[in-house]
Amino acid sequence: MNLSKDLMAASSTPIVLGVIAEGETYGYEIVKRVEELSGGALQWTDGMLYPLLHRLEKQGYLGSRWLVGDSNRKRKYYAITDEGIAALNEQRQQWQVINNALNQIWRDMTRSDDHDVQFV
Amino acid sequence: MMSNSSNQPFELEQNIAQWREFVLRRAAILEEDADELESHLRDQIDALLERGLHADEAFLVATKRIGNLEAVSKEYAEVHAGRLWRNIVWGTDKPSWNTDFYLALLLACCAAVLFHLPKLFGVTPETHEWVFARNFTLFCLPMLGAYYVVKHQLGQRGWYWLVGASLGIATVINLMPWQAESATQSLSLIHLPLLLWFLVGVLYTGNWWQTDGRRMDFVRYSGEYAIYFVLLALGGMTLIVLTNGMFWLIGMNIEWFTHQWLLPSGVMGAVIIVGWLVEAKQGAVENMAPVLARIFTPLFTLLMLTFLVIMFVTGRSFDVERELLIGLDALLIVVLGLVLYAVSSRESNKAPSIFDRLQWLLIVSALLVDVLALVAIGGRIADMGFTANRTAAMGENLILLVSLSGYAWLYWRFIRGQRSFALLEQWQTRFIPVYAIWAAIVVFLFPLVFGF
Repeated sequence: MNLSKDLMAASSTPIVLGVIAEGETYGYEIVKRVEELSGGALQWTDGMLYPLLHRLEKQGYLGSRWLVGDSNRKRKYYAITDEGIAALNEQRQQWQVINNALNQIWRDMTRSDDHDVQFV
Repeated sequence: MMSNSSNQPFELEQNIAQWREFVLRRAAILEEDADELESHLRDQIDALLERGLHADEAFLVATKRIGNLEAVSKEYAEVHAGRLWRNIVWGTDKPSWNTDFYLALLLACCAAVLFHLPKLFGVTPETHEWVFARNFTLFCLPMLGAYYVVKHQLGQRGWYWLVGASLGIATVINLMPWQAESATQSLSLIHLPLLLWFLVGVLYTGNWWQTDGRRMDFVRYSGEYAIYFVLLALGGMTLIVLTNGMFWLIGMNIEWFTHQWLLPSGVMGAVIIVGWLVEAKQGAVENMAPVLARIFTPLFTLLMLTFLVIMFVTGRSFDVERELLIGLDALLIVVLGLVLYAVSSRESNKAPSIFDRLQWLLIVSALLVDVLALVAIGGRIADMGFTANRTAAMGENLILLVSLSGYAWLYWRFIRGQRSFALLEQWQTRFIPVYAIWAAIVVFLFPLVFGF
């Protein structure tokens, strides 16, 4: 399934913040985690993740540092800040509003679907 | 980029280095961002290799997944709007500018204090000149290394390397039972800075030392470092001359202060401050150093060719004196430095130009001078036997012979359009450890073999 561009753009910030809120991590791991969470449906252009991370860092939602990982490779690790958590919570509430509204619509649709079936 | 359609094996490292260069060509993407993207690329390639893909397939898929670099760099430019101006505006938007400077200043002070510390115990440069000759590079270069351990966040392993290596070298150098006047000691001390500079290089590049691209960065860094150091030294000299003059005019002689305190502290400190300058003001010299290399390449070529012609015409070529030999070797080392830097600052995708031909001519004339020097040394060794000095000169010229021949050959193939420039870069970066190993041999083994 191909997700629309707008949807990807809108959801990337809460998703990235959410993944980093699980614990300090670096770009490649974030991409892997997102694929795993979406069952492979969310496939980003990997290069686009980094400008986003830098933007979130500039906004004060993330902090970063260079660390040498277990495989002896230097990576830039990102961790969420208090401000980031606040932003994530706000995003969460907004998305829940949309989520609830959509859920209700989906429910109504299935109900009327069932209804239709009875008529046939 | 994919060259494996022929029978050549796919060079993963080389392709990654090329890709990195391609990424860095965008003004909005800085060195550090390229590091981040490269580590992502490598993680991706590793994962794909584990799944059984071939190196070339893994590379292709991984770069594809990074995405269209044009679009990615546009995103970078949007996030970091100031960056597009970094080559024009004298300054940087890095937030760590200040902390970096204070760190460098602190380490510079440490180096200066280290230099003066022995004076407390009655060991002064006047009374114990050899003690200072042995140690003065050990006062400052490890401090420069420390700057990079902190700045590039190399962590504990970085400290182990730095402290272990510098303490080890310092102990060995100082515990050797040197004679009062010895050629091996002079040789050892001449080569010691080279060895320490290699240590700085490893710390500067961090654990990316293994990659060709980063070694090339280090060569570039060394060239820019040299230019900044000369600039700072000029400023320092002016300051000292003026200070002496001003106080002399009011009837005070303060040369004891400027020469014994100000000058050594300044030199020690400058070693670290320059390290900071090169990175903080990279945009400034980045544009100047390649121009300097281009100006001096034809001049040095002219010098060497004229010299060779005159030597042959006057028939003096087989009668090379000791002093002249030292001069020739010094010249060759400067030329090698010029070649190293010129290669590192060249964009590898550009087609061969007139400058590449000049560069080739420079290398070939250096090669001829090197052969001349080798013949002379061979003659002296045949006549008077091996000494430390002659062996060192012989070894150095042999290494230069191999290195320059490689350059000459690969440049020739490149100009003829038969080989890519990347091979030449690879030759250069893979040869760097040879210089370091040779320096280590002269520093540590020569005294054992030829006596102290």
